[in-house]
Amino acid sequence: MAAATEAAQRGASVVVFDESPAPGGQVYRAPPAGYAMPADPDRLEGDALRAALAASGAVVKTGHRVWGVGGGPLVPLGEDAAPFRIDALAPDGSNSVTEARALVLATGTHERIIPFPGWTLPGVLGLAAATILLKANGVLPGRRVVVAGAGPLLYAVAAKVAKAGATVAAVVDLAATSEWLAALPALMARPDLLTRGAAWRASLTLKGVPILPAHRIVAAEGDKVLRRVRVAPLGGGEERVIDCDALTIGHGLVPATEATRAFRAAHRYEATAGGWVPVLDEDRRTSIARLYACGDGSGVRGAAAAPASGRLAALAALRDLGLIDSTTHATARSAPAANFARAARAGGAMARMMALRPALVAAIPPDTIICRCEGVTRAQIEAAVTDGATAMNQVKQFTRCGMGPCQGRMCGEAAAELVAAKVGGREKAGFATGRVPLRPVAMDALLGDFDYADIPVPRPAPI
Amino acid sequence: MTAPYDVAVIGAGVMGCSTALHLARAGMKVVLLDRGEICREASGVNAGTLTMQMTRAALIPYALRAHAMWMRMGEWCDGGHVQAVDCPGLSVAFTEHEVAMLEERAHFRRQAGAPIEIVSTARAREIEPGLSDKALLAGHCPIDGFTSAYLTGRAFRPALLNAGVDLRERCAVRGVQPGFSIDTEEGEIRATRLVLAGGVWLQDMAAWLGITLPIKVLINQLVVTERLPPVMRTVLGVASGLLSLKQYANGTVLIGGGWQGIGDRQRGGLAVKPDSFLGNVRLAAHTIPALRDARVVRSWLGLEAETADALPAIGPIPGVADAWIIGSVHSGYTSGPYMGKLLAQAICGQAPELPLFPIDRLLAKDQAA
Ligand SMILES: Cc1cc2nc3c(=O)[nH]c(=O)nc-3n(C[C@H](O)[C@H](O)[C@H](O)COP(=O)(O)OP(=O)(O)OC[C@H]3O[C@@H](n4cnc5c(N)ncnc54)[C@H](O)[C@@H]3O)c2cc1C
Ligand SMILES: Cc1cc2nc3c(=O)[nH]c(=O)nc-3n(C[C@H](O)[C@H](O)[C@H](O)COP(=O)(O)OP(=O)(O)OC[C@H]3O[C@@H](n4cnc5c(N)ncnc54)[C@H](O)[C@@H]3O)c2cc1C
Repeated sequence: MAAATEAAQRGASVVVFDESPAPGGQVYRAPPAGYAMPADPDRLEGDALRAALAASGAVVKTGHRVWGVGGGPLVPLGEDAAPFRIDALAPDGSNSVTEARALVLATGTHERIIPFPGWTLPGVLGLAAATILLKANGVLPGRRVVVAGAGPLLYAVAAKVAKAGATVAAVVDLAATSEWLAALPALMARPDLLTRGAAWRASLTLKGVPILPAHRIVAAEGDKVLRRVRVAPLGGGEERVIDCDALTIGHGLVPATEATRAFRAAHRYEATAGGWVPVLDEDRRTSIARLYACGDGSGVRGAAAAPASGRLAALAALRDLGLIDSTTHATARSAPAANFARAARAGGAMARMMALRPALVAAIPPDTIICRCEGVTRAQIEAAVTDGATAMNQVKQFTRCGMGPCQGRMCGEAAAELVAAKVGGREKAGFATGRVPLRPVAMDALLGDFDYADIPVPRPAPI
Repeated sequence: MTAPYDVAVIGAGVMGCSTALHLARAGMKVVLLDRGEICREASGVNAGTLTMQMTRAALIPYALRAHAMWMRMGEWCDGGHVQAVDCPGLSVAFTEHEVAMLEERAHFRRQAGAPIEIVSTARAREIEPGLSDKALLAGHCPIDGFTSAYLTGRAFRPALLNAGVDLRERCAVRGVQPGFSIDTEEGEIRATRLVLAGGVWLQDMAAWLGITLPIKVLINQLVVTERLPPVMRTVLGVASGLLSLKQYANGTVLIGGGWQGIGDRQRGGLAVKPDSFLGNVRLAAHTIPALRDARVVRSWLGLEAETADALPAIGPIPGVADAWIIGSVHSGYTSGPYMGKLLAQAICGQAPELPLFPIDRLLAKDQAA
């Protein structure tokens, strides 16, 4: 929203795609039509961003799922870079093709869940997924809910679940109290968040919700549906059993880099930014000319930093397209650059807390499924490494891990960490090549109506 | 510096793996070098079709023998396998022009030994109930099938190691001096004999020896769907050869046929071309209408090599004693294991069961020995 607004206000012809029915992303998600939801601080902030976008003159294509990216550097050898091409599925199911001279990616994150026995049982869902249910639809994940994982979302979800009338059976926090204390100085930059966080915790304490710091979920149990979870202190020690009908669990956020990978932009691994991120300059330029990345999709720094980085990306694009001169650019970028630096400090502290914790991966039992699309277990992944697959692309070939509809979005982190532990790091393990479609795409929408004679069948090989 | 190997094979695709395995089994001390991981180029990303109706007629005798090898891979490859499936194949025609092409091509392939019969659409739809009723005629070959090509490296690797092959992955070769001294990222390797098995990179490899061997690069694109209920049970193609379709046991359908994407030797298979992508999936859905209800999960690309006459480069390298070459085989995955076996026979001084494809014909006059 911020990038599009900034670019359109300065006279660029801008189009924004988002698969949601309304702009807003995850934090500022708008409720579906017909739902009346109480206005919280996120909603007000989101409404302001939405209003600015609507007034900016940018064309907003909501309900459009981008499945294809191309052009730019993806041209035959020796040819000049082409305009970028974006293929999106429109709400009516048809395919829409757009060309653009510059492309800003603001694709956000997906949730990391490190598998444990029982994680595929109905009743287990992601923390972020729970926030969508609560925010967009006002739906509770269950009646007796265990909230587990890492990061500030834990307390946000727990407080909202409790406020909405369900019982929070426990908050199981991977972070020790000392980690939260260590993060405090950085959070001082965002007193608003600090106050809200404190309020969430206070409301939970008031309701007598047990908070278990430095604990993890050992297993989710129940036949067919979730009945209980087993919980243990991180350092080892006695397990306890907590009855529940829902477990919301998340181990942090992973930048969505499908598109930058498809363009073969340079990436680097930065655990405290959520994992693999595109290499960027300070104005959000990737290694590919006229391709920019901003927001959490370019490295997790949180909701306050995201719009600032979006404005920086938009300004860089305008500068590179010659739509603003260097003096205008230098003046215009100083405010968002300062905002980004400030917000990223608090965001960075939270991102560090949500970074992947290798101990969780080490604790996965051998027969636990890692890739749920293809049913690949930890033992199978490790056997593939023993059989000579030392990088993610080859592990995928040897096991099918990451070949299903989610294309490794769910399993990629745990699988890569298992491989990394054997080959000496995530850089060595690498990542799977990015390819279109970025999301599964219905053939029917692609095909349209056609005659056989219209298919440009190439010349056959000689007999 | 290590003691010289009897033979160094450069390139661990299906050609290099099969050659190395058969040489080691014949008693040679073999080193197999690849700049990447085993079978991560064409041999690990191809469509895995083992068809007689796409390969060139001259290669049918080889492909038939190789088909049998794939089906019994576990027996000769220490249990390694690629989930080969033996099933009939159909090649269909939708226009009068394609009918003529189908009949002509079936004729040549039949002469070469492929048991192809021309059948009516009604008969074709008994064999393949998923086939569109728009087909006019079909070629039916009972010997066809497919593999899960992504398993190729995993299938060969243990057998290579068991046979004593020194497999060096992530070890790019930079050049070769006669004799042979092989300049690699890990230092010099010496070998008495040399086999170049570098797929589309054979052109660069031949240049190490001062040989100009033009190799064209095809950028083949593939598309796979999510899991579907059964929609087909054969390998399906079209008369022109520009479609290959099959459904795996897990329900996914693989759509190929050699539609061209964007890429090159330097950058690999970069991206699909939107027009090729659309054309390929349209042709697939025209042939198996149930595919209209599928969702596409992924596309990818790989590089296939082709010589000037589109026939293989397999044999001695003229003018360089003890140097051999193998590659650029049309439908080369299908015949790969057999081609490696033949070349190994020749290197060991035996008469190969079937003739090789010497490259003298492809070289400028002053280069050919
Ligand atoms: C589910 C979820 C819930 C979260 N809840 C909170 C919360 O309550 N509070 C908090 O502080 N932080 C929350 N976060 C953290 C949050 O990601 C960031 O702090 C913030 O949203 C970053 O903004 P962004 O624009 O980078 O990403 P996002 O807000 O995630 O925006 C990315 C947008 O890109 C769209 N998109 C992605 N791929 C495509 C495609 N192929 N085609 C079309 N559109 C596409 C998505 O629909 C989305 O609207 C949540 C994260 C997630 C994943
Ligand atoms: C997308 C696609 C689909 C196909 N579908 C089919 C099909 O359905 N049926 C069929 O029969 N055939 C098919 N083919 C053709 C078939 O895949 C190839 O003919 C066959 O795999 C070629 O094997 P190869 O060993 O010659 O080459 P490759 O498998 O490409 O192996 C060459 C190896 O050389 C290595 N190398 C290169 N340079 C160096 C260096 N400097 N030092 C060390 N190593 C080096 C590479 O890393 C590579 O591993 C398809 C091809 C493609 C690309």
